[in-house]
Amino acid sequence: MAESAYLPGLAIQNSEVLDSSRHSALVRVTHWIHALSFFALVVSGIAILLAHTRFYWGETGGEGAPSLFDLPLPLHRAHVSGWGRSLHFLSAWICVLNGFFYAVSGLVSQHFRKNLLPAKAALSWSSIARAVSDHLHLKRPTEEESLTYNVLQRLAYLAVVFLLFPLIILTGLAMSPAITSAVPTLVIIFGGQQSARTIHFFIANFLVLFLLVHIAMVCLAGFTKRVRAMITGHSAARKEPL
Amino acid sequence: MSDSLTRRKLITTGLVAAAGASGLGVAAALASRYGLIPPNHRGIFGPSETLTYAAQRVLIPRHSLAREFNRSEISKVAFVNGKPPQNEAYQRHVAGGFADWRLTVDGLVARPSSFSVADLKRFPGRSQITHQACEEGWSFIAEWIGVPLSTVLNFVGVSPQARYVVYYSFDGFWWDSMDMPDAWHPQTFLAYGMNGGDLPVDHGAPVRMKVARQLGYKSVKYISHITVTDAMKHIGDGQGSPAPAAGYSWYAGI
Repeated sequence: MAESAYLPGLAIQNSEVLDSSRHSALVRVTHWIHALSFFALVVSGIAILLAHTRFYWGETGGEGAPSLFDLPLPLHRAHVSGWGRSLHFLSAWICVLNGFFYAVSGLVSQHFRKNLLPAKAALSWSSIARAVSDHLHLKRPTEEESLTYNVLQRLAYLAVVFLLFPLIILTGLAMSPAITSAVPTLVIIFGGQQSARTIHFFIANFLVLFLLVHIAMVCLAGFTKRVRAMITGHSAARKEPL
Repeated sequence: MSDSLTRRKLITTGLVAAAGASGLGVAAALASRYGLIPPNHRGIFGPSETLTYAAQRVLIPRHSLAREFNRSEISKVAFVNGKPPQNEAYQRHVAGGFADWRLTVDGLVARPSSFSVADLKRFPGRSQITHQACEEGWSFIAEWIGVPLSTVLNFVGVSPQARYVVYYSFDGFWWDSMDMPDAWHPQTFLAYGMNGGDLPVDHGAPVRMKVARQLGYKSVKYISHITVTDAMKHIGDGQGSPAPAAGYSWYAGI
């Protein structure tokens, strides 16, 4: 709805593709709400982590019990988890509600099918190998290429939206004694409450890694243009039709 | 054309905003009516605290049971956070085997009462092998032996106006509260035993609260006073426990 307001009335045939909206208003709004809530989740997650930097497998674990691994952080048992936990839940609610809205709208509007599901041909080994090679050589996408997602982007986004986020939400819920009293399977499938905590930590790391690569790729592809596209919907500065 | 579009947009936006605001108003009134607003609903974290508490109270069956484990799963190490009350009075109770310990129950009850540990042990005892999970991240499994809080509440006769059960540790420093669904919950114990023996001093002797569906800090140790109330407004800072002032949730079902 909102993007139609930007459509220049006198678009010429050739530049029509370039002028049409790169990202729908829905994607743009949910993207920035998500960016803020994810940042708050990472900061507050670290604050919670600093209260106990050891990880375990199974149901239980603590000081004096064998751990799976210890993070070599000097701040073990730092007491910052209070506000960290409150902020984690505030941002988690925003992130989950926003993500739910994004996922449902993306399914209804066929955003996932049209823009993210890779074409059969793109899933061939040679095509994937070419995309990997382009990335490894830090090859900048052409203006035309940047109008759509390449196969690696598509697979990465789908994995984040439909695998990592559902898993990090479920492992989070699996740590709740009240929720698991109603749905014990939730924690049993992850192998116990401490296993759920450990998996939650690993997925958080994958998501942060995704974010770092995402930002690196945005810089490589042209920071101003890409960020402008995610704010206004257009990669080129808006030109008023004469 | 763009003029009428703008006007239409403006009217639509106004209507949506009005509907949203009145929807929120109705939701707040309903939530308050059904006891879905926690005492710590104010402040920057108020909305998420309220959402978490209300969502769980609506979606989770009132008496869903926290997972119970086998005896073989009891943790060999039960880590302890915090120290027993650092005062002479408590030391005298330890030396005297808690023979003079009294747990008083008052507030909105028909028969305010005071119980010795022996009195509590005369009620039909129960045991549960459940998790004790600290908000910091560590946890252990232990057997807890005690009397369900509901048994004691039935004995003293709780008023229908009751909304919270407030419980204080011996030093008066630690205290907390829970709503009636958790107070009547079959796994909410006044625990006087652990792993087959008496409750050790480090774990809250002679009596600790055990709230199985919430994080460890709700299971306050060294319980000597319980009061039943219809409002948290005049108790402490009104947020249900000292936890919210320190950044922690009042409702720790999480």
